[in-house]
Amino acid sequence: MLLIKCIFCGERDETEFHYGGELRDKRPLNPNDLSDKEWAEFLYSKRNVNGIHIEQWFHSGGCRQWFNIERNTFTNEITNTFNLKKQKITREKD
Amino acid sequence: MNNKLNTKNSYSIFSIIKGGFNKNSILDISISNKTPKKQYDVIVIGGGGHGMATAYYLAKNHGITNIAVVEKGLIGRGNTGRNTQVVRSNYLWTESSLLYEHSLKLWNNLSQDINFNVMYTKRGVFSLAHSYQEARDVARRVTANKLNGIDSIYLTPKEIKDYIPIINISPKVRYPIFGASLQKRGGTVHHDAVAWGLARRLNQIGVDILQNCEVKNLIIKNNIVNGIETNKGDIFASKIAVAVAGSSTRFAEMGKFKLPIESHPLQAWVSEPIKPILNPVIMSNAVHAYVSQAEKGELVIGAGIDKYIGYSQRGSFSVIENATSAIIELFPSFSKVKLLRTWAGLVDVSPDACPIIDLTPVKNLYINCGWGTGGFKATPGSGYVFAHTVANNEPHVLNEPFSFTRFESGKLIDEHGAAGVAH
Ligand SMILES: Cc1cc2nc3c(=O)[nH]c(=O)nc-3n(C[C@H](O)[C@H](O)[C@H](O)COP(=O)(O)OP(=O)(O)OC[C@H]3O[C@@H](n4cnc5c(N)ncnc54)[C@H](O)[C@@H]3O)c2cc1C
Ligand SMILES: [Zn+2]
Repeated sequence: MLLIKCIFCGERDETEFHYGGELRDKRPLNPNDLSDKEWAEFLYSKRNVNGIHIEQWFHSGGCRQWFNIERNTFTNEITNTFNLKKQKITREKD
Repeated sequence: MNNKLNTKNSYSIFSIIKGGFNKNSILDISISNKTPKKQYDVIVIGGGGHGMATAYYLAKNHGITNIAVVEKGLIGRGNTGRNTQVVRSNYLWTESSLLYEHSLKLWNNLSQDINFNVMYTKRGVFSLAHSYQEARDVARRVTANKLNGIDSIYLTPKEIKDYIPIINISPKVRYPIFGASLQKRGGTVHHDAVAWGLARRLNQIGVDILQNCEVKNLIIKNNIVNGIETNKGDIFASKIAVAVAGSSTRFAEMGKFKLPIESHPLQAWVSEPIKPILNPVIMSNAVHAYVSQAEKGELVIGAGIDKYIGYSQRGSFSVIENATSAIIELFPSFSKVKLLRTWAGLVDVSPDACPIIDLTPVKNLYINCGWGTGGFKATPGSGYVFAHTVANNEPHVLNEPFSFTRFESGKLIDEHGAAGVAH
């Protein structure tokens, strides 16, 4: 079970959160110029990282805020938490 | 057909009786430690069921036997040896039901074909509905199945209770039972037997199974693949077929193309063995849980994927807790049974819960992935159509819809909603 540190509420059980997937590239600003292949890539292709992964989580059972964390998908170690507004990195370890 | 398949060394009632008088085991599934040849016709990457079935049908249907199956660990230690053995073909959409039905038919004779008992047991698979809407969806799927010639019936709670006396059909529970579909030809196949039986057969045919041989990179020149780099040196082949489940994205990276796949932990767990009490497989989409009883008596329970990406082959306890509590509500008599073991596999989930079996943007490179939580049942069918794709450099009619390009054209095969927890 993951122990996730919400940047607003502190450490909570994974079951309080909703996983929002990988932090994706920005939505293309010129959709009309994209080919079907490029759209499909934006919509569906995944980096599916084995290792350090930046992902979005929603504290659905708490403060109901979104934030990003950096997690190693192999060891499940969470190494960073990001505040979406400030985009400031708060290191867990120091 | 290749005559190497007609091996004398086969199991029969006589060889088993004879074996009973000898000290030596008649189970000759040891795989010799082969050193790789320099050149093969086909290299199959991944020594799971899908990879080995591909090699088997390349030999059986296409006469190709100069094959290596390359496995980074030991055969059958991936999802093939970790799954909960449920087989069925009652999918909603025609594309998927035809593919899984082809596979179910192959299970029928696979034991005879490979001369190894894979223990296909037609114990029946129930899919429960827990609301009016779900009951309508299940009834719709039963009708769709019938139109595709697949046996499927709809049962009321009372009829379900007649089949499974220990099930709780009280309306006063959190997830009351509104109805169910039943596929009687569905059931279980012994997963380890599939791995051992295929490996033994491949050994007899002369296919090299290279274990502890990890593929580190593909050798690609001018967008044509002609070999692999491994910890046992470079090995060359005219064609390379990839069937590595949760590791598929790494091979796409080597080929510089992208896949719509994410790898998740999928867990299962078993109880202590108890006396026979539950014959069929019971699945419930709404509560994301399913249960069956193994031949040895353990209750085998599974759930949906853990929601986050994970390569650790470990999942979260909350998944086990949720699914187990739902199962106990369905079967109150299981409440005192102790759990023995839990484990997880590494499953390759695609956006529409359907596989990709196709050529790749790299010439002579083929991929078979995206089976997610439900590919064990498809093992022979997957190998059959993938072997066809590799041998003919074009898909079989059954896997044509399962192409790369469906994500560009939008012609997805949306089995997520249709089959729910698709085991
Ligand atoms: C807990 C659980 C329960 C399941 N229950 C069911 C069920 O009831 N019914 C059902 O139909 N399906 C079920 N499934 C899904 C099913 O197990 C899989 O879809 C199916 O077994 C995939 O087979 P495979 O041969 O593609 O994969 P695997 O058996 O995982 O084989 C892939 C192989 O590739 C190897 N490999 C990876 N990278 C490399 C490399 N670089 N070099 C060499 N080799 C490599 C791996 O070591 C592995 O052995 C379940 C899965 C899990 C985890
Ligand atoms: Zn919070």
